[in-house]
Amino acid sequence: MTKFNYTAKDFKSAAEVRWCPGCGDYAIMNAVQKTMADMDIAHKDFAVISGIGCSSRFPYYMSTYGFHTIHGRAAAIASGVKSANPALTVWVMTGDGDSLAIGGNHFIHLVRRNINVNLVLFNNKIYGLTKGQYSPTSDRGKITKTSPFGTIEDSFVPGQLVLGSRGTFFARAVDNNIKHTQEVLADAAQHKGTSVIEVLQNCVIFNDGIHEHISDPKFRAERQLFLKKGQPMIFGEQEDKGLILENGRLKVVKIGENGVTIKDILVHEPAEDNLGLQVALINMALPEYPVAMGVIRSVEAPVYDQEMKKQIETVQKTRKITCMDDLLQSGNTWTVEGENCDEPVKFFDNKCFG
Amino acid sequence: MKNTKVIELEEVAIRFSGDSGDGMQLTGTLFSDTSALLGNDISTFPDYPSEIRAPQGTVGGVSGFQVQFGKKKITTPGDLAHVLVAMNPAALKANAAYMNPGGTIIFDVDSFSEKNLEKAQFKTNDPFTELKLNDYSLIPVPITSMTKESLKELELDNKSILRCKNMFALGLICWMFDRPLDYIEGFIQKKFGKKSPIIAEANLCVVHAGYNYGMNLQHMTPQYIVHPAPIEKGIYRNVNGNLATAWGLLAAAEKSGLELFIGSYPITPATDILQALAERKDLGVKSFQAEDEIAGICTTIGAAFAGDLAVTSTSGPGFALKSEALGLSVMAELPIVVVNVQRGGPSTGLPTKTEQSDLLQTLYGRNGESPVVVLAASTPSDCFYYAFLAAKIALERMVPVVLLTDGFLGNGSEPWRVPAMSELPPITPRKAKNPETYLPYNRDPETLAREWAIPGMEGFEHRVGGLEKNNAGGVNQDPDNHQRNSEIRAAKVEKVVEMIPELEVAGEPEGDLLVVGWGGTYGHMISSVLAMQATGKKVSLAHFNYIKPLPKNTAEVFGKFKKIVVCELNMGQFASYLRDKLPEFKYNQVNKMKGLPFSVHELVENFDKLLEA
Repeated sequence: MTKFNYTAKDFKSAAEVRWCPGCGDYAIMNAVQKTMADMDIAHKDFAVISGIGCSSRFPYYMSTYGFHTIHGRAAAIASGVKSANPALTVWVMTGDGDSLAIGGNHFIHLVRRNINVNLVLFNNKIYGLTKGQYSPTSDRGKITKTSPFGTIEDSFVPGQLVLGSRGTFFARAVDNNIKHTQEVLADAAQHKGTSVIEVLQNCVIFNDGIHEHISDPKFRAERQLFLKKGQPMIFGEQEDKGLILENGRLKVVKIGENGVTIKDILVHEPAEDNLGLQVALINMALPEYPVAMGVIRSVEAPVYDQEMKKQIETVQKTRKITCMDDLLQSGNTWTVEGENCDEPVKFFDNKCFG
Repeated sequence: MKNTKVIELEEVAIRFSGDSGDGMQLTGTLFSDTSALLGNDISTFPDYPSEIRAPQGTVGGVSGFQVQFGKKKITTPGDLAHVLVAMNPAALKANAAYMNPGGTIIFDVDSFSEKNLEKAQFKTNDPFTELKLNDYSLIPVPITSMTKESLKELELDNKSILRCKNMFALGLICWMFDRPLDYIEGFIQKKFGKKSPIIAEANLCVVHAGYNYGMNLQHMTPQYIVHPAPIEKGIYRNVNGNLATAWGLLAAAEKSGLELFIGSYPITPATDILQALAERKDLGVKSFQAEDEIAGICTTIGAAFAGDLAVTSTSGPGFALKSEALGLSVMAELPIVVVNVQRGGPSTGLPTKTEQSDLLQTLYGRNGESPVVVLAASTPSDCFYYAFLAAKIALERMVPVVLLTDGFLGNGSEPWRVPAMSELPPITPRKAKNPETYLPYNRDPETLAREWAIPGMEGFEHRVGGLEKNNAGGVNQDPDNHQRNSEIRAAKVEKVVEMIPELEVAGEPEGDLLVVGWGGTYGHMISSVLAMQATGKKVSLAHFNYIKPLPKNTAEVFGKFKKIVVCELNMGQFASYLRDKLPEFKYNQVNKMKGLPFSVHELVENFDKLLEA
């Protein structure tokens, strides 16, 4: 039984959505709105914070409280919102340029502090709003307007950054798979701590098809491995391929060949603090491996905003200073009195304040 | 050397000086507190190098602490010291220029070795002749060896023994100025008593040894008597500007019924504000040490969006990093307070030295037309009231407010009559009331302030952002809309003039010269103006605490003087602002860029020249 009976529509604002026709953002927004409706949390308690970029227009299209901030700073502003009021449900909408270039520092520190927000990282491997320059997730050699001869730098792998920052939750989804994106977002919403969801998003204008080799529904089963908690890591049209560890590395094997049975296949345990294996899953790339989708890591750890609240409550239990008058008169004070002393002139009497 | 005597003085300035590891800041602070408790008015000036431990024995590594105290109102730490305590030759060299002619120099004769003279780059073995200090009262005291001697019974390593040297000097000075040791004893017991009884015992032993040394050698040490100052009744404490700022913000949180959030990044000389607030979990402060200056202000903006009294503290370089985000709070019209404890610039500049050179950065240093309210505190203790007011203006007018203080105010201290909270005016945040009619940028027709609806309030859901907007918070880039909004944002700041008092003049309301200052130079400005008035000159002071907007009677005040001189610790930033705002007047300037406060002497000299010209 739900309290509010919201539908996705309850989270849509009246503003006209101005993403390009065919943009992957539409699908992500639908998934987010559906997830929020399903969370069964009062509409007034949602705050959606974004930075700058196409994805960051998101708050305007939501009917919740929203804040479209400045380039790269959504993570920092959301940190302030959530720390100030941990009762809010805070979502950060951001892109690869916003969070991994100009906002890289805030991104890793948000993750490190483990503040309980859900961060959706729209990764289209390009700067769209500025019309087509390479981003920190563009592959080496990528030709764009600012790299007419190809880039000469390697890209970030977002999941590596998250785990390197001691992240407690990382998941991956593809924009054209709304059902799966929703499942992942629902898991992220449940997680206590910073949840980072990388969504491989297609920019139809400036980087069309950049994820197609992965996302093409025709090859989905062969090229994507959908991780499920407690389930063996299998994939393929026939669900006959799986992952094993061999000499410390992941290896794709065929069930039924060379004596491999389903029991040999690794079982996915995102709640285990197994950084090595989880990074290996994040790193899997075509053509040697399928690309890992779903919740790769979801571990428990102290949550910053709750710890802040707890610390204040703990100190207040035994406090000696209960108000400003107490504080002002605490410690080393002395009293001046006597006949030749004047009556004090109060600051706000002295100056005429309205 | 001069003979023994008892000297009665109105005011005395003492400078404690040694290596940055010699404990001079503690020595100076303990002496200041003792004097304040005795009823003297005081003003202090810590002057220390930016390196934690600069090379020992060198002039660059000298750390000093000057305190002036007296029987009358003390407004500055004193231009020149009457008494210098020099723990080594470098300290003597660094401070010789800041001595009152004929003053007393107490020095640790044990440290005046050939090696140390060389480190301080003296050319001869007679540093006093070299610095032309021969007609001063020179008092050689074997501080190091006496310290060692008095601790020989205790089982202490040499390093710990040497760390007690400063207590010997403190004891001696306390004798010279007839200060009781009980406050200092209490402090030592509290600081070391439980943790390390032997260290407590050593410090106590040495401070008494110093005191007794003075008493026993009366034939050569002058003794000074400084009577208590007649001041206003009340409960007093010693406070520095940074602590006063932190507490002013706390007071504003209590008055407004809001929780206080501070998002800051450590930076000299502003860090103490963050530290003082981090300590106040008992009063519910949410302190967030951010990953950088930008995150400092951004978390603050986030907290303001979520409904807290949100503040960030910084100094010049950090303020520069915060400028884009400050513009966001202008555009989104969120109430935040930014405290800039100014220091010497540009770039990293002079981190531990004072300056007023961030004024134009504060007024204009953002992209776009981006007006904010700018206030400036003028003494260590009034930082409390201006921080309180900064918060009141921000919350009642939904506008970012920048409070300018500086290193001199932040680190300097003075006795302060603590107010009761009932003395402070109310603060009424503009919380939205009616969800039926609410739009985020509907405004009060009088003040142009918008209403504040915070996440969690039902029926007020809305969006704000950094893009130019319509009343509902939606994006609107129509030409007329941007013109109108730009004018509104400017007018909203100007209308704050109704909340602030008129400009006051210290002295006659008309005359030959109006001395104009702002912010942290107040003590030196008023001292110099009073000194000139005492000689019958028609000089008055107009000192500004409200920079943007300017008090509404400013032109009226200026119009009544033959000449105006604007004095500031920069190259003329307030003067050029005044030329822009009130171009009908001619502004003379006195400027100083030495990382030091003005001296009363140099101000008087400049004003005299202007009067003669």
